[in-house]
Amino acid sequence: MNNLIDLEKKINSELGTKINTSEIKHNQIYLEIDSEDLIDVVLFVKTNKDTKFRQLIDITVVDYPERSKRFKIVYLFLSHEFNQRMILSYDISENEVIASLTPIFPSANWMEREVFDMYGVSFKDHPDLRRILTDYGFEGHPLRKDFPLTGHTEVRYSEDQKKVVNEPVKLEQNYRNFDYESPWEGTKYIKELTDSNDKKN
Amino acid sequence: MTKKIKNLNLNFGPQHPAAHGVLRLILELDGEVVEKADPHIGLLHRGTEKLIENKTYMQAVPYFDRLDYVAPMNQEHAFALAVEKILDIDVPIRAQLIRVMFCEIGRILSHILNVTTQALDVGALTPSLWGFEERETLMTFYERASGSRLHANYFRAGGVHQDLPAGLETDIAKFCETFPKIINDLENLLTDNRIFKQRNVDIGVVTKEDALDYSFSGVMIRGSGVPWDLRKSQPYDCYNQLEFKIPVGKNGDCYDRYLCRIEEMKESVKIIKQCLSKMEKGPIKTFDGKITPPSKKDIKQSMEALIHHFKLFTEGYRVPKDEIYTAVEAPKGEFGVYLISDGSSKPYKCKIRAPGFSHLQSMDYLIKGHMLADVPAVLGSLDIVFGEVDR
Repeated sequence: MNNLIDLEKKINSELGTKINTSEIKHNQIYLEIDSEDLIDVVLFVKTNKDTKFRQLIDITVVDYPERSKRFKIVYLFLSHEFNQRMILSYDISENEVIASLTPIFPSANWMEREVFDMYGVSFKDHPDLRRILTDYGFEGHPLRKDFPLTGHTEVRYSEDQKKVVNEPVKLEQNYRNFDYESPWEGTKYIKELTDSNDKKN
Repeated sequence: MTKKIKNLNLNFGPQHPAAHGVLRLILELDGEVVEKADPHIGLLHRGTEKLIENKTYMQAVPYFDRLDYVAPMNQEHAFALAVEKILDIDVPIRAQLIRVMFCEIGRILSHILNVTTQALDVGALTPSLWGFEERETLMTFYERASGSRLHANYFRAGGVHQDLPAGLETDIAKFCETFPKIINDLENLLTDNRIFKQRNVDIGVVTKEDALDYSFSGVMIRGSGVPWDLRKSQPYDCYNQLEFKIPVGKNGDCYDRYLCRIEEMKESVKIIKQCLSKMEKGPIKTFDGKITPPSKKDIKQSMEALIHHFKLFTEGYRVPKDEIYTAVEAPKGEFGVYLISDGSSKPYKCKIRAPGFSHLQSMDYLIKGHMLADVPAVLGSLDIVFGEVDR
């Protein structure tokens, strides 16, 4: 399809109920689907002669800890034939296991490993689901919003044990996240500090 | 008597001159033939995306320099474009030309490094000595514009940080005259060189279909004969006003990719020349005082400018709630930024799409059935920089 409006119509008419919402902005098409329809939708947009989204650009996750369906999984596609980009997304809850795209796009392999590493989202039928970017033996999922910026452990070479050791992070000063946006209400970390002091008293 | 033959597992890296950084490659060998390659990455992981979520939009820019550190400004460009699209601001033409010019300088920087180190990997020392001299000249241009040879931190949403110093434009023009001769010299050494060809022709062949399936971009996909360049197909800044050609390979092997890079350098020189001829005096960033910091002179005289300055460097500018993916044609391929803003002055989520990540992923597919000695040649032609693969 040569323009995005036709593409949106085509996808909506062919896939019908599988598409929850569709929107065009920034010259890209944004689709929201349900997690169980992923394979059907991806196979359709990859093979149909009017869409031809032949390239999977990236897979990522957005974490919204306050929502019941915590993770939003995002797939970015590119069609060389029609010079279009598509952003496909769906929401899942924390322990849901989702389908892997590796059989359809071999490049999904590492992208899904990265998602697993950074957010702890598991994939069904993934050929090789291991951590990828973090250290051997790392615990936790760093890009989750509840993972602290400084991490949990720090690494140093121990002269006594003659090896590299992991220890809990010891900071001379706590990480301070200055809240410049509301200078009159008192910054957030001070409020938390006074609140916890009040509870102790 | 029967002898049991077992495949040999070989650890390549993490510290190996031909690994182009910190790559640990576990190779399964049958004699001298590679059966399987398992790259272990992440040894240079710094948590860039997490850090960006905790910084204001302006503070996030330097992290982009540290991704692909041989062509820093190309990465900044992607981020600047993403923020500009959400804020819906226009960039003055002089700023666009400066940005495009420095992106092309970045492309030359990256391609020189890649072409010459690939030659080094297959046994030629001289090209790297000649190439690095030119890289040094280009990095002085970076330094004169931004104050830093490598980590420029020069592009801003809405333009660039400061105007070019006097004389820089003429010096870049001079470089454009002398540099094509250096490319010719490099070509004389390599293009028809028997050893170089023996090591690169028909090595690491990628078919068109596989280039699509493995999410290749940049030279990796063009080398396989797919004419795809974001500067042409989805032009950003002033690329649609400039004339340049897109070199496309035929066989998809390491040698074609080398040829593509050489031709791209020549095209980059043309683009730089066009930018210089189009460049006129004018503003170098948007006038919007809520995004652009005021000039030093204004701060001294106007209370409002002082307040703006203070707010911009403490709170930063706020970006309305939106979701966007923006990609640029970095020297190594499609470099993209997927940005989610929530109306505050910090990005809620910033995913960086690095071309090297998907290229390195295909290592197992590319190297299967090749000899051990081909590993550095294939790795070299993938153009891997670990700053961006590991993020």
